[in-house]
Parts: sequence; structure tokens; C-alpha cells
Amino acid sequence: MAPIMKVAVIQFPGSNCDTDCQAALASFSGVRAEIVWHKETSLAGYDAVVLPGGFSYGDYLRCGSIARFSPIMGAVRVAADSGVLVLGICNGFQILCEAGLLPGTLMRNNGLLFRCERLQLRVENTDSPFTSVLHQGQVLDIPIAHGEGNYFADPETLAQIEANNQILVRYCDASGNVTPEANPNCSLGNIAGICSHGRNVFGLMPHPERVCDPILGGIDGRGIFQSMIEAVTKAKA
Amino acid sequence: MKAVVTVMPKPAILDPAGVATGQAMEHLGLKGVRSVRIGKSIEIEVDGADEKQLHEICHDLLSNPVVEDYKLEILS
Repeated sequence: MAPIMKVAVIQFPGSNCDTDCQAALASFSGVRAEIVWHKETSLAGYDAVVLPGGFSYGDYLRCGSIARFSPIMGAVRVAADSGVLVLGICNGFQILCEAGLLPGTLMRNNGLLFRCERLQLRVENTDSPFTSVLHQGQVLDIPIAHGEGNYFADPETLAQIEANNQILVRYCDASGNVTPEANPNCSLGNIAGICSHGRNVFGLMPHPERVCDPILGGIDGRGIFQSMIEAVTKAKA
Repeated sequence: MKAVVTVMPKPAILDPAGVATGQAMEHLGLKGVRSVRIGKSIEIEVDGADEKQLHEICHDLLSNPVVEDYKLEILS
């Protein structure tokens, strides 16, 4: 039987969450996830694209700045422009920002530390193909692991993404309060993840693929992938 | 052609690494540290490039215009 959703997980030199993403996706029935090497130039036939976490090109120059010019990124742009779902996790989010597929950028964590820990996210908006099965205000327990996750955008850009409801998740405390203490990296407005104006491109610093199996200590990441599957199913119906 | 590109965080951007380094300077006895900002210097030797192309490279690859400014100096 043909899969409901065929996903390309892009592998850059230095990606290290690619097989985790593939395994998380493959745990959903009807999903086929394939690793696609960054030298490829076409993503025809895929319903969704995942840019996984890691340290593409050793994070040389700036995180994501070299990966952004990989051959596959032309196809990622074409896919994004044609409405295909594009999910960037951690380094993938940084690459999407460098590529201009998402506004703003991710700077060095304010405390200069690499933060690897579990924390909470509040779902800000469910009107997206990545959050539709979640509910507004829901608190997700999802880990982060990054040194450059401090989201920044100039005031006009920030006002725009706020007005367009592009902020999908913010760092919060266990009760869902968005506080400075719950912000691990000094991101503007506790922003943990944003989507594009067209809503089909989503980048977030936390790692949903790491909490998709109870054996790993949680399943709060599943809702994001489940939302993608529902969106693709709906689009094909 | 030889060129040097200097990339610096924009003035409005907080540079926490610069702040931490400034504090270390004070620990070493340097008085009155007002500001320390850390950027990058990139030396380029290239045959047959024109300045316009180099500016494009500076804008698209070597700096992130959201948070950084660059200065391109052609040395020879």
C-alpha cells in the first residue's frame, strides 16, 4: 500500500538527528521516511520535508550558513513555495532562517552555555499543519539541545509574525506561564518555534523527535508529526 | 585579489561573548572597560573576482544581515 505521507529527511554533513527523525516518523502508520543526501537536487514525490538537528558543516561560520547553500536547498525552496510541509528542528530551524524561508535568526544563547535539558513549551496557535491536533495553551514536555537558539528578529518583523500568529510555541514553566525564568536562551518573547507566513514551513529549537516513544521518557513530540499526517491526509482527500 | 572582510554584530545587538570577555579583562586589572564586541575577520585571496561579487558573498554568506554588519576591504 502506498504511504499516506512520504517524508524526506535531509542529511547534511554533520546532521546527527536524521535517523532519530526517521525512526520517530516511521513509528506512525502510513508514513514512509527516507533519508535524502544534501547533494540531491529534487524532492519530487515527497509530501513533507524534515531538516533535522545536528551541526551541519560543523556549524562553521554561523549555524546553518553553509548548509543553506547545499544543492538540496533549491528543492527545499521549491517544495516550500508549492505548499509542501517543511519542518526544521534545531539546526534545521537555523538553516531555514539562514535560507530566508523563515524570518529572523538564532543567535548564541544569552548565557553562552549549550543547554541540553527537558523543558516545557506552550502551544500558542493551532491553526497550522504542525499544531492542528494540539490545543491552544497545551503544555508540551520536549527537550532542547542547542548553543545557538536565541531567537531574534527586528521589531517590525517581530510585530508582523505576532500579528500573523506565526509564533506556534513559546518556552513556558510547568503551569504554562511564559516567564523570563522559563526562557533558556533569552529568545525574544520566549519564542521556541515559528511558522512561515504561508504556515507550511515550521522551525523550532526543541526536539519533538526525541519524545515520540514512552521508552525515551515521553510522547509529547508526537502531536507535531500527527498534525502533519492529518494535514497531508486532508490535502490528498 | 586580496581582501579582508570584517563581520561585527550590529550595534543594537547584545554580544554576550563580548560582555563576558570584557568582564575577564576587568578581572585582569584593566580599568574602565566600556565595551567589548567580538566579530570575525575573514582573509580572502581570489583570482578574477570583482568587488560587486565579493559584496554579494559578504551579504549572503559571510554575514547574517539580520544581526551583523560587514566591512569589505580590498588590499590589493
